[in-house]
Amino acid sequence: MTDRNSLTAEGTDEVRSARLKRYARYNAVFIFLIIAFILITIVNINSGSVQISVKEILRIIFFREGDETAYSIIWKIRLPRIITSAILGGGLALSGFLIQVFFGNPIASPFTLGISSGSKLIVALTMIVMIQYVDAVSSFVMVVAAFVGALICMGFVLLASRKVKQQSTLLIAGIMIGYICSAVTDFVVTFAEDTDIVNLHNWSMGSFSGMDWDDVWMCFVIIFAAFVATFLLAKPIGAYQMGEAYAQSMGVNIKRFRVVVILLSSLMAGCVTAFAGPISFVGIAVPHLAKLMLKTSKPLVVIPAVFVGGGVFCMFCDYIARVAFAPTELSISTVTALFGSPVVIWMLLTRKR
Amino acid sequence: MNDIFFNTRDLSVGYKGEVLIRDIDIEIKKGEILTLIGPNGSGKSTILKSITKHLEAIKGDTYIADASVSRMTYKELSKLVAVVLTDRLKPELMTCRDVVATGRYPYTGSLGILSEDDEKKVTEVMRRIHTEDLAEKDFTAISDGQKQRVLLARAICQEPEVIVLDEPTSFLDIKHKLELLNILREMAKEKNITVIMSLHEIDLAQKISDKVMCVSGEVIKHFGTPDEIFRPDIIRELYDITDGAYNIEFGSVELPAPKGEPEVFVISSCGSGINVFRRLQKNEVPFYAGILYTNDIDYVVARSLAAEVFCEKPFMTISDEVYEKALSAMKKCRRIIDAGIEIGECNARIAELIRTAEKTGRLERIN
Repeated sequence: MTDRNSLTAEGTDEVRSARLKRYARYNAVFIFLIIAFILITIVNINSGSVQISVKEILRIIFFREGDETAYSIIWKIRLPRIITSAILGGGLALSGFLIQVFFGNPIASPFTLGISSGSKLIVALTMIVMIQYVDAVSSFVMVVAAFVGALICMGFVLLASRKVKQQSTLLIAGIMIGYICSAVTDFVVTFAEDTDIVNLHNWSMGSFSGMDWDDVWMCFVIIFAAFVATFLLAKPIGAYQMGEAYAQSMGVNIKRFRVVVILLSSLMAGCVTAFAGPISFVGIAVPHLAKLMLKTSKPLVVIPAVFVGGGVFCMFCDYIARVAFAPTELSISTVTALFGSPVVIWMLLTRKR
Repeated sequence: MNDIFFNTRDLSVGYKGEVLIRDIDIEIKKGEILTLIGPNGSGKSTILKSITKHLEAIKGDTYIADASVSRMTYKELSKLVAVVLTDRLKPELMTCRDVVATGRYPYTGSLGILSEDDEKKVTEVMRRIHTEDLAEKDFTAISDGQKQRVLLARAICQEPEVIVLDEPTSFLDIKHKLELLNILREMAKEKNITVIMSLHEIDLAQKISDKVMCVSGEVIKHFGTPDEIFRPDIIRELYDITDGAYNIEFGSVELPAPKGEPEVFVISSCGSGINVFRRLQKNEVPFYAGILYTNDIDYVVARSLAAEVFCEKPFMTISDEVYEKALSAMKKCRRIIDAGIEIGECNARIAELIRTAEKTGRLERIN
């Protein structure tokens, strides 16, 4: 028997060395993501209109002492903003990944299918009504409204997907749904009370600013729970990537699986929209980049990579949004589009078939 | 119910409550190969989808070892039935080994991580199906024949009792067709896996199947062994062949015989005439063939292609009646072709026929 043909538990030598290479690659990607995450976090905390030294920042964060203004800038403004951008970025990217698996379409995402816009519309309506009658809107109500909006739009997209066979037509339907929702939102905003408009307008452009710690906790609980749930779905997601019929023959209960995926992706997309407004391209670019770096589509590794990668991407974009033309802040979507859309174009050009 | 392993009872299948085919009763034993044949759009895929629970049966049920498929969970079913579908699979960034490994799905834990044992089985199956060289290749980068083999390996990796294949040989060239069917045959006989599939190639269906089901129209008219099914009348009716002939011995079809008054007489034996028959047929020249023994290979082809065949029972001396008929037919012909013939004691009168032909000056010798 030659060496190459020796049958071990792990297969031939070729298979074994390929597997080792794969694991090395996974490790490298995750180490890269974690380092990037830490770096961008540090850079982010350290930048803003008020200069605070690194030493001071460390003291404020770890010993909770220091200059009062600096203390509140770090704890009340920068940290909540950084943490939410990381969590929501992860949630948005993961939501995009789930939607791509669901529709078997690499450029489907909460934004392209109009799901974010649907959330935006319902949130805007809720805000206006609530401010008029109750005078305040809790984050929880916003999240529920966004979730409902996401589900309604998802419903329309699903109806469309039954009628149309072609993926590109489905995307066009989604984009149209998005435009309709945006138009109605603009209409509503135009006729809203003057005082609401500033807030609403800022939010509807997309921004991570103005987060407080309650928001941080709510984002964290919702998105992290959804992330864990998605991770536990890694096995059926892997089967579903082979197509619905094969997944079923492998023992996946397709109906239940589809419902769970819809709920999870709508929850995450809705949550992001409720807090930060509609954010474009993260949902497409990050999953694609993650898969390219890992050179696999195995959900077990792709899901955590997409989650962390989404966080890194959004923190980076938020940094640019804050710093590029300081003190003027860009809307987060402007920056994500700037970095995300070339990825999409490149993906379309290099895609086989 | 003795040794029937897989069966359907009063199964009616179709889409959206509309029955396409009703009262299907399949009965096969463990390790048998059942092939569904029939024209395009007759519902072969619909039946296959219904017995694998991809499509809900409208009435009746499928049973595997007397267990009702409709009452099984998908998980239970996945350990009994594996499929190879016509869907064109386009997995993203998956090697062939990854694709094969998805067959282990029903046996892995809640995160789907493969155990050493699973890895070993994947390796074994890939070796068995001759796909080990493809292991690290990207699935989308290999040929259709290779893809089909990888998908079959995937199905076998699932360690099912029954494998259902929907037109596994489409897109394959003849070499890969034979290879694939050969593997199926081996699996059925060695591992006792029951195979249910649809095929377009009736010649192959005849050779590989233990049972054959003819699918056309609302009810199944014919279900049985290849010997029972592969008869010209059944096949012609099944595929609604009016022009051309189905050839039972070869399991193949011939184009229709040229029409009109025969102008050529072909004398041949032992296969020497086949090429001549085919050439005449292609040029649309009607012809007579004879005198042929009914066990001669030329006879089988001539029966489909010639306007009339003059024949005699095997090993008999040629009778006066046949000889006279052939002679008078030959005399009317513009051309007489001797494609080569061995003359012995029994068929001595053919030599006589050739001599007569020579005298007319219309005899052409080829071969």
